[in-house]
Amino acid sequence: MKTLFDKIWDAHVVSTVDEGPTQLYIDRMYCHEVTSPQAFDGMRNRGLKVFRPEQITCMPDHNIPTLNQESPIADPVSKIQVDTLTKNALEFGLTHYQMGNEKNGIIHVVGPEIGLSLPGMTLVCGDSHTSTHGALGAVAFGIGTSEVEMVLATQCVFQSRPKTMRINIHGKLNPGVTSKDLALYVIAKVTTGGATGYFVEYAGEAIEGLSMEQRLTVCNLSIEMGARGGLVAPDEITIAYLKGKEYSPKGVEWDQAVAKWKALKTDAGAVFDKEVTFNAADIEPMVTYGTNPGMGMGITDSIPTLESIDEASRISFVKSLDYMGYKPGEKIMGKAIDYVFLGSCTNGRIEDFRIFADYVKGKKKADNIVVWLVPGSWAVDKQIKAEGIDKVLIEAGFQLRQPGCSACLAMNDDKVPAGKYAVSTSNRNFEGRQGPGARTILAGPLVAAAAAVTGRITDPRV
Amino acid sequence: MEKFITLTSTIVPLPIENVDTDQIIPARFLKATSKEGFGDNLFRDWRYDKNNTPIASFVLNTPTYKGEILVAGKNFGSGSSREHAAWAIAGYGFRVVVSSFFADIFKNNAMNNFVLPVVVSEPFLAEIFESVNSDANITLTVNLAEQTITNNSTGKFESFVINPYKKDCFINGLDDIDYLLSKKDQIEQYEKAR
Repeated sequence: MKTLFDKIWDAHVVSTVDEGPTQLYIDRMYCHEVTSPQAFDGMRNRGLKVFRPEQITCMPDHNIPTLNQESPIADPVSKIQVDTLTKNALEFGLTHYQMGNEKNGIIHVVGPEIGLSLPGMTLVCGDSHTSTHGALGAVAFGIGTSEVEMVLATQCVFQSRPKTMRINIHGKLNPGVTSKDLALYVIAKVTTGGATGYFVEYAGEAIEGLSMEQRLTVCNLSIEMGARGGLVAPDEITIAYLKGKEYSPKGVEWDQAVAKWKALKTDAGAVFDKEVTFNAADIEPMVTYGTNPGMGMGITDSIPTLESIDEASRISFVKSLDYMGYKPGEKIMGKAIDYVFLGSCTNGRIEDFRIFADYVKGKKKADNIVVWLVPGSWAVDKQIKAEGIDKVLIEAGFQLRQPGCSACLAMNDDKVPAGKYAVSTSNRNFEGRQGPGARTILAGPLVAAAAAVTGRITDPRV
Repeated sequence: MEKFITLTSTIVPLPIENVDTDQIIPARFLKATSKEGFGDNLFRDWRYDKNNTPIASFVLNTPTYKGEILVAGKNFGSGSSREHAAWAIAGYGFRVVVSSFFADIFKNNAMNNFVLPVVVSEPFLAEIFESVNSDANITLTVNLAEQTITNNSTGKFESFVINPYKKDCFINGLDDIDYLLSKKDQIEQYEKAR
């Protein structure tokens, strides 16, 4: 009796070092411009060729400007990094979707979108949000640059086998509650480091009821509780999502693949190292109030009081609230904000834009706030335009930008100024994440839409 | 690579929990295409204000504390997978980071750069912070061969865990890629057999 994780992991073990790590075979690697240059240098220094170039796909996303992508990147340092990826992909013979290519976008949005990420695979990228691809029923996890070099050289990485955790979500989500809220709720309960050392399987009625894009959002955030990755067993929703995608298997191969994918589930009676259960009905729209994603609460709740925090953790708690300009015990609903960001590998997909647009339709953007709406890929941008969502947004006073990681980590020009508050659909509220001194409130696309209309932290259900 | 067997050093205490890799090295410093120079920007936004003036109260700016061992609160290195965090810590001159808990990816990255993450119990960690509070010049000894860490001001020590393969890499200055490259035949056999 095996868990789904065990089945995929075991099928990819090449060898195990005595009392040491597992040599794990990697089916697919994605490379972006930030965490790959030193790995390619390492290959050159050792005089190596890429071992399995057809299993590696490159695209720049972190440094990409979200305006005027038709022109060269203005920031010379960003430009060098993006150009370095182009040069490396060419030199080592790797597929590369450069800035402006119709298949460019955030790597974790594009991979599933074009069918490169498939059930049963092992997938890595020098990026912690690689956990996203677990939504397809894959073992997907972030690695460092030394490990990127290992995969370039041998298509393998050394990894200690993680423990397994199942997170069950019973029941159905309430109206006005998105999969982002579900994930922020789970992270707040499990805490920011509570799943470290584990690989998570999400299960239960609420997870089964999610669309593929909603599952991508949930798995994307697995790392925010420290988990190595998170996955969902493939089902009819997965199969329907993958059918006809550019890189999905075709014809007889498709039928064979589907038969295999249907067997990818945790056996009844398989034992997890840890199992936790939550009820979907307990989840309301979520916001974070602090400087790690575990510091989240229901939008109508109050920040914990100082007395309720462990004594050992109080210094960090106070430091965090000082940074945010919030006080223990207070509510943040109704507080003014300055920026709204819709986008990122967490919430930059078409369903996120539909949710945002449905809410703002017929309303107007709040004055005196800045709103960045950044599609996760050119394919998302195309779909936005095909559905006329762009017109709804423009009518409500918003502007659509071009795809990229953007304000999620502010490596391009999209930086929130010091001291300003941003309601952001991205994945991290760390100090300075969205720009030095920026204050981030993580939320789902619906809470972001409500904030964009009122200029305040607003419950979208009322 | 310099071989690591044992190290005795004064320490730099950072009693903050959940120090994420965005604090260790902010994203705007990730644009370099080499591994050099990241130490200058280690803990950049805690170390310098917006005019690039050192913030006197931050531990790296106080002459009182120095050494090759960084001691930090629990869940050190959470967040992004950026190996730049390990390059920054190594570049600054730390060879060991002590905490009661490390994030997974950071731990791998640190070891791949010969920075040794040492996990101690919460009481042992709390006692190190107490010791260094009363005397900034206390030392710790990390003995990798014996897998022990000793607080020399109290004489107390703990054992720590490291897998024998990684321990061998540290002691002999070996890296994973050489080892993996030696296994190419086995990788090709695996590919044929699946």
